[in-house]
Amino acid sequence: MAEKVLMKGNEAIGEAAIRAGCRYFFGYPITPQNDIPAYMARELPKHDGVFLQAESEVAASNMVYGAAGSGARVLTSSSSPGISLKAEGISYIAGAELPCVVVNIMRCGPGLGGIQPSQGDYFQATKGMAHGDFHMIVYAPSTVQELVDLTYKGFDTADRYRNPVMVLGDGMLGQMMEPVEFMEPLDPAELPKKEWATDGAKGRETNVINSLALAPEELEAMNKKLENKYKRVKANEVMHEEYRLEDAEIAVVAYGTSARISTKAIDMARERGIKVGLIRPITLYPFPEKEIAATCDQIKKYLTVEMSTGQMIEDVRLAVNGRRPVEFFGRLGVVFEAEEVLQRLIALGGDN
Amino acid sequence: MKKIASYPDSLTEKHFHYCPGCTHGTVHRLIAEIMDELEIREETIGVAPVGCAVLAYEYFDCDMHEASHGRAPAVATGIKRVHPDKVVFTYQGDGDLASIGTAEIVHAANRGENITTIFINNAIYGMTGGQMAPTTLEGQKTTTTPYGRNLKEAGNPIKMTEMLSVLDGPSYIARVSAHSPKHIRKAKKALKKAFQMQLDGKGFSLIEVLSTCPTNWGIKPKDALNWLEEYMMPVYPLGDLKDIKEVE
Repeated sequence: MAEKVLMKGNEAIGEAAIRAGCRYFFGYPITPQNDIPAYMARELPKHDGVFLQAESEVAASNMVYGAAGSGARVLTSSSSPGISLKAEGISYIAGAELPCVVVNIMRCGPGLGGIQPSQGDYFQATKGMAHGDFHMIVYAPSTVQELVDLTYKGFDTADRYRNPVMVLGDGMLGQMMEPVEFMEPLDPAELPKKEWATDGAKGRETNVINSLALAPEELEAMNKKLENKYKRVKANEVMHEEYRLEDAEIAVVAYGTSARISTKAIDMARERGIKVGLIRPITLYPFPEKEIAATCDQIKKYLTVEMSTGQMIEDVRLAVNGRRPVEFFGRLGVVFEAEEVLQRLIALGGDN
Repeated sequence: MKKIASYPDSLTEKHFHYCPGCTHGTVHRLIAEIMDELEIREETIGVAPVGCAVLAYEYFDCDMHEASHGRAPAVATGIKRVHPDKVVFTYQGDGDLASIGTAEIVHAANRGENITTIFINNAIYGMTGGQMAPTTLEGQKTTTTPYGRNLKEAGNPIKMTEMLSVLDGPSYIARVSAHSPKHIRKAKKALKKAFQMQLDGKGFSLIEVLSTCPTNWGIKPKDALNWLEEYMMPVYPLGDLKDIKEVE
């Protein structure tokens, strides 16, 4: 068992990436994720890696596209408005089927918004980040340890599916310090060689990294291939966690920081005799729809809790499919307190 | 028997899709000949643009990476940082490099990124059907300047190559033309030098090639060659703009 160290969320992401064999980071400054590039700028040179501060997020995501296409494990990170700019590159990365890990430490929008923690980029991360039919695989950690574990896992998942993976945190998680335990570091030289990468056609046929398909049939085939991949992702990669759900009649559905706050609210509600538990999606895409649907016989009411005006609630409603009411609690700009969630649970529980 | 000319190994056998009288094919061939002569085909990764040369990956017989519009220098940066021992080039048009991709080309050049950029300037958008490019000449008619480019409204023809040549990062920057055999020979010399700079680790090199677009200029291929010389060359004078080897 490795020793636990006290570490800030953002820096822990950087360390987890390096331990996953990532040696390339391209990014652009934006609050509240700046500790990630700072950590990579400090640590990557010690591992013969490359840190490059790009001229923009647009350029950074296209550098990631180039580095991923030429076979490297590569990381970029940003916060909400910067992710909007990275969307172009991410669509090309998804279209060309390249692996990479993108971290979004969400702040509150829209527009310039503010630098307070938020979960307002759920739609962006899981639905329509950019043009075209594609999905990222989206992890939603709720502790610093999970930031580490899911960042590390993210590189494997990205390689396995040749698909961009997003680690979706928020400003609170990124800035929070918690004790974490790290895995043994991987040597990038020992990772399986990517035969499709553009690294010079020495003694082999040439490789082309591309997402252009001009013939209609070819274009459809490209999208069918992606569709089939997403089906495999849905079948194999769903992750969720349940808390005090065994005898629950009310289920809170929340991810990330909202789930942490909700856990406390659930404990407080339990002390008052309200039978409530938590369903915490760990993957937001693929979403644990079957896992939520399976609770409908037992659960009478759902409460989706988010630091937004209600985004994930749409997926919860699709999963519940009208069989039970799905209520919402959320605030944005300010981080809500467990007491506020408790009041909603009391109100819901009182209807029983 | 000494072979004096042949089809370049670094070109695939795929027929170019370029219009009659377009000089893209000429420049493709020059780059392929240079890859052959420097024996770098198996070491080279080319980055294709968005524009008429979007299908360049079908023609160059080396590893190729398609970029989004204007981002080729950023994509090339990502590749080169992973494979500093390989040869990386971008092939970009004037809409790609001089309009939407200005930030990427300026900063790749300024970092002295050890890549080579081939910049095709034909003073118009080709693939999208003849819109104004930032390099379009004063008074030149395009679909988006139907009364001729008015400098007060549409700005001036942008001189990217001059702009980039004042930066400290680049090793070699030159403007050449592909409209006559004499100019094509000079263009090849400049292109080869640009690749050699990269091989020598000297940093960013860029060759602007003045090119024709008879289809969108709305004139015959032969007239296009004359038009380039008569109207483009006075605005975009040929020659070396930066050469660190001469400075040394």
